Amino acid sequence: MSSRRSITLATLAKDIRLEWRSKDAINSMLFFSLLVVVIFSFSFDPNAEESRQIAGGLIWVAFLFAAVVALNQTWARELRNQVLDAYRVSPAPANALFVAKALGNFLLVTLLEALMAPLFIVFYNLRAVGPAWQLIPVALLGTWALVVNGTFFAAMSLRTRSREIMLPLLLFPISIPAVQSMVEATRVILTGDGSARFWIVLLLTYDVVFTTACLALFETVLQAE
Amino acid sequence: MTEAKISQSTAIIVVEGLIKQFGRFAALRGVDAEFDSGKFYVIVGDNGAGKTTLLRGLAGLAHPTRGSISILGKSPREACRELGYMAHPSLLYDEMSGMENLRYFARLYGIFGDERCGEVIRSVGLDPELARPVGQYSQGMRQRMSLARAILHDPQILLLDEPFSNVDVHSAWEMAALLGGMRDAGKTIFVVTHQAAVLKDVADEFVWMQAGKIVNRTEEWSPGGLAALDSPADDSAEGAQ
Repeated sequence: MSSRRSITLATLAKDIRLEWRSKDAINSMLFFSLLVVVIFSFSFDPNAEESRQIAGGLIWVAFLFAAVVALNQTWARELRNQVLDAYRVSPAPANALFVAKALGNFLLVTLLEALMAPLFIVFYNLRAVGPAWQLIPVALLGTWALVVNGTFFAAMSLRTRSREIMLPLLLFPISIPAVQSMVEATRVILTGDGSARFWIVLLLTYDVVFTTACLALFETVLQAE
Repeated sequence: MTEAKISQSTAIIVVEGLIKQFGRFAALRGVDAEFDSGKFYVIVGDNGAGKTTLLRGLAGLAHPTRGSISILGKSPREACRELGYMAHPSLLYDEMSGMENLRYFARLYGIFGDERCGEVIRSVGLDPELARPVGQYSQGMRQRMSLARAILHDPQILLLDEPFSNVDVHSAWEMAALLGGMRDAGKTIFVVTHQAAVLKDVADEFVWMQAGKIVNRTEEWSPGGLAALDSPADDSAEGAQ
């Protein structure tokens, strides 16, 4: 096993262990998403067709906001006791840390989506008219789009005084193309109104471009003072 | 003012014209020094003298605004395998045990298995079997575990920032003896501390800093080392701002 992969796996395992013990991120995300589902289901009373039209936007915006909680947590624990400095003085490659953090966030948000999806289906009476299996690549590619940029911008805002505010300010504008693709793809699949292929390809392109950019720039972000 | 003593032969660290600014504030105002291999250096000075900034510069964590640092002929980043760094905070995860922490940091240096981790934990006088998370350690135990992390990859140069802070006198003497033993084994050790008296029997040289400059280097510890200097730091360094 290469050193880079070994460090990535060790960091991922460490992060999962820390999250399992503290449950800081997953609890906050779950409660936040649950509140969104319940509040919106009381606020609107859509029929089945209206649900199909709006569910995409509702679901992904809820997950985007919930993901911010996890993204802030993932670096916050590296700031306690300045543990990040121990990584910075080591010969471990910066990208191994970035990939591990992004994978950890991806697992967390995917777990959240898996737990919340049944609730969304029940509360909004959702039935897909189009090919429902296409929701899986939309969810996976969309989630990666959110966490890869989120992990990067959370690291960037790490040393700012109000990083909880800074992260959404940086992340949300740059996530607009991804969010739009996720929302449109979900709407098309749920309503059966056309093909989601274009949006899925757009999401894939977005993921490739931003993953490459984040990997190229992360060393600079990590070593910045 | 005594000029900084500069050795000619076995210098493994060379600092030239080092200036470090944070915005308009210059924490280091032109540090020139050479440090020899296998020696024990204690960096002393008042708060704000630039001790920690110098140490972070040597560790590669603070990038010079001007000037250069050469460690074994390389930049601090390139020489990172030869550097062990212990900061004022523990640099450990509070939620994990000592062994879990070291097992993770060992992987960053390509060290696998628990043998080496257990060895360094024992070498600082702790029990590798201790399952308690580091957050529940006493301050003295945390400092020792932090030292264990710093020496995990057997570095040639140790950079230790306040290793005795909040540590009881007995533990401080024990740690000092441990560090003396490491120096005797050939390590080059830098300790930033306000408790230099603890190290007076093991240190080879005391490096006195004031206002971002090295103003004196002595082989003997004298409690009023800075006060003994006639004039304050060279004001010409103000130009660094």
